[in-house]
Amino acid sequence: MGQVLLALVPGTIAMVWYFGMGVLINVLLASATAVTCEAAMLRLRSRDPMPAVSDLSAVVTAALLGLALPTLAPWWLPVVGAAFAVVIAKQLYGGLGYNPFNPAMAGYVVLLISFPVQMTTWLGPAGVVSHDLGIGETLAYVFGGVAPAGAGLDAYTMATPLDTMKTELGLNRMVEEIRANPLFGDIGGRGWEWVANWYLLGGLWLIYRRVITWHIPVAMLVGLVGTAAFMYPLGTDSQPFPLFHLFSGGAILGAFFIATDPVSACSSNRGKLIFGAGIGILTYIIRTWGGYPDGVAFSVLLMNMAAPTIDYYTQPRAFGH
Amino acid sequence: MGDTRHNLHRFFGGLVLDGHKSESTTLPITRLPMPDRLILPLREHIGEEDKLVVGPGDAVLKGQVLAQATDYVSAPLHAPTSGSVIDIGDYPVPHPSGLNAPCVVIQPDGDDRWIELPSQETSVEALTPEEIRRRVRRAGVVGLGGAAFPTAVKLNPGPNKPIHTLVLNGAECEPYITCDQMLMRERATEVVAGMRILMRALGAQQALIGVEDNNPSSAQALEQALADAGERDARVVSVPTRYPTGGERQLIKVLTGKEVPANGLPANIGIVCQNVATAAAVYHAVVKHFPLVSRVITVAGAGVGQPRNLEVLLGTPVADLIEFCGGYKADASRLLMGGPMMGFSLGTDQVPVIKATNCLLVQNRSEIASENGELPCIRCGECAKVCPAQLLPQQLYWYARARDLEKVQDYNLFDCIECGCCAHVCPAHIPLVQYYRYAKTEIWAMEKERRKSDLARRRHEARQLRIEQEKAEREERMRRKKEALGRVGAAEPEDPKKAAIAAAVERAKAKAAARKAGININSEQDGGA
Repeated sequence: MGQVLLALVPGTIAMVWYFGMGVLINVLLASATAVTCEAAMLRLRSRDPMPAVSDLSAVVTAALLGLALPTLAPWWLPVVGAAFAVVIAKQLYGGLGYNPFNPAMAGYVVLLISFPVQMTTWLGPAGVVSHDLGIGETLAYVFGGVAPAGAGLDAYTMATPLDTMKTELGLNRMVEEIRANPLFGDIGGRGWEWVANWYLLGGLWLIYRRVITWHIPVAMLVGLVGTAAFMYPLGTDSQPFPLFHLFSGGAILGAFFIATDPVSACSSNRGKLIFGAGIGILTYIIRTWGGYPDGVAFSVLLMNMAAPTIDYYTQPRAFGH
Repeated sequence: MGDTRHNLHRFFGGLVLDGHKSESTTLPITRLPMPDRLILPLREHIGEEDKLVVGPGDAVLKGQVLAQATDYVSAPLHAPTSGSVIDIGDYPVPHPSGLNAPCVVIQPDGDDRWIELPSQETSVEALTPEEIRRRVRRAGVVGLGGAAFPTAVKLNPGPNKPIHTLVLNGAECEPYITCDQMLMRERATEVVAGMRILMRALGAQQALIGVEDNNPSSAQALEQALADAGERDARVVSVPTRYPTGGERQLIKVLTGKEVPANGLPANIGIVCQNVATAAAVYHAVVKHFPLVSRVITVAGAGVGQPRNLEVLLGTPVADLIEFCGGYKADASRLLMGGPMMGFSLGTDQVPVIKATNCLLVQNRSEIASENGELPCIRCGECAKVCPAQLLPQQLYWYARARDLEKVQDYNLFDCIECGCCAHVCPAHIPLVQYYRYAKTEIWAMEKERRKSDLARRRHEARQLRIEQEKAEREERMRRKKEALGRVGAAEPEDPKKAAIAAAVERAKAKAAARKAGININSEQDGGA
């Protein structure tokens, strides 16, 4: 777990660079809540909280949730999300190892469905918005709900690239026009693509360290980009370039850090490939036709449901069979 | 150095472990002094318990039969030395359950006097396969690698399973154990002679002796013995040191590239595998007529004074071996029979060594410290990467824990060879193999229960059938009688009383029939009565 946290560091620094201190506040609030909830639940279950808290699994869950949240969120958003993730999605199922769903994504989806406004209030990336929020202003907003003086919150926030793409495509605008928006970078969203690169680096390090195997990330990214590439010729003006999918939203973070949670994923190698590909394809479907701009969280949860069945039918050939 | 030209194959998974072989191989195999008493369990093999042929107080000679085999997969038990039978009763035996079992206890008289054996040494070429099997069976030889399967049975694969290759298993892959290594080094001639006998019994054209490449001295000794015997159909193959290469199926895969079918035996693919020590025992049994009464055992581990190999009479209490090897060190904390991977811990050192005992391991505190603190399984999959049976240990664990005995079999529980690789690499320190043994035992118990209830049901059905048949026969007799009576009284007018009785009988019959058909006729009955 410690190595996973370490691998998240480059991406997190990039997030802070582009989106401000709100990212760190999210992660810290979520972590504190998760660890407190974990300890409290274990106390309630008459277990020793120490080994469970020190295995850092609650912190990993909280970190992933915190990084997935909008970068300027009221304090209760990470708190509610982390509490749901640890109490409902993890401990009520029996704690570490027994949760069928990825706790971080369960918490994220609960927030997304319950608080859509707060969950879509993203700060614009540095270099796109003209104002940088200072640490004081950020804290004032997070804990006091006080919008920055002067221009108001709208001057700082904007829709995410995926959201923008989806909305404007819905208005029948062409991809080339949409991409003229300064929000978009070379491949994905400005800022976003660099964050994705740093997450990718951390993910590759995890594979190198043998903490995860390549199967799920590769299958998921191939499933996502492959489906996009397959569909792309059907309308180049009405669809973003396939690689756009890779470098926007939560694709990379999801592929290397979220879908690879061993507890809720498949365990055989063939199973992992199917599991990952399923997440990729579902993500594309939700992004393209679904009601939400990104679909990584929903896709992960859907494939979590399918994981035991996939595992059952993809057992490796046993010796002598 | 082994035959380097032999084309080797790989089995999936496995582990490279720290061998700890050198500690116990500095001294030659030494004969343990005569113990004060020998305790011989009546069941040392997989079959049924042996039938005693001696009684308390009897004087016995070395090699005399104490108990006869009662079924095909059993082996007789011989007195390991001369002396007297001082007790027959339940004693602690080496078994994971720690339970007591029936044993014969012999007090040695110190003379070690042999029973009269056929004196002539026969040439192997003159013996038929049947005669070899007979001598092996009579000598009580079982697999000495640890499974204790009667060797004579393995030498009789059946007429439709021609054997082309004998694999001699000298790949002693488990850490600490060196009894085969020392035996190959010191008694290579006996191993090779035994191998020739086994080949003759099986009709095998070639033999492959697999020896791990961390053990060149044994390979050299065997090659020398092969050259001395002029053997051209056999060769020593040096195999990579990798646990569990010494597993029968794994060694066959490494040497031949073939996989023994999951539900089959090596004989299904024309191969029979025997342990090197078994081969030596076969040589003694067939050529010298010696029954199996002793074996080489490794005493090892950081918790024992002087690790070494001993030639030990079967039935010797474990404590005697430990004491001879310098006793327990101060930090000794666990006694295992077998190696660290597959052995089981002994509750007492008063249990005897048996035919299947290859090693006694005394672990100290630091060696077992890492096993404490079982954490939850997060399905990281490390276990699946090392499982030589290519199973998914984490799934087996999940379903074994949940007592889902059907699912656990769907995941091929019974292909698990209990090598312990999964538990060894488990970062959560879960004693996985224990869970598999538990599930296997539960399933066996369930099967036994089902067979028992099947039998009871069949018995019940047979009884019902018998009762009905008897009833039918009785009615048939009555009918005949009545007919006979009817013929006699045909002329007479019908007795109204008789007619009433007949009518009542008819009604009763109808009722019985209805009851049998499951119709509730209580109301009618009540009304009628």
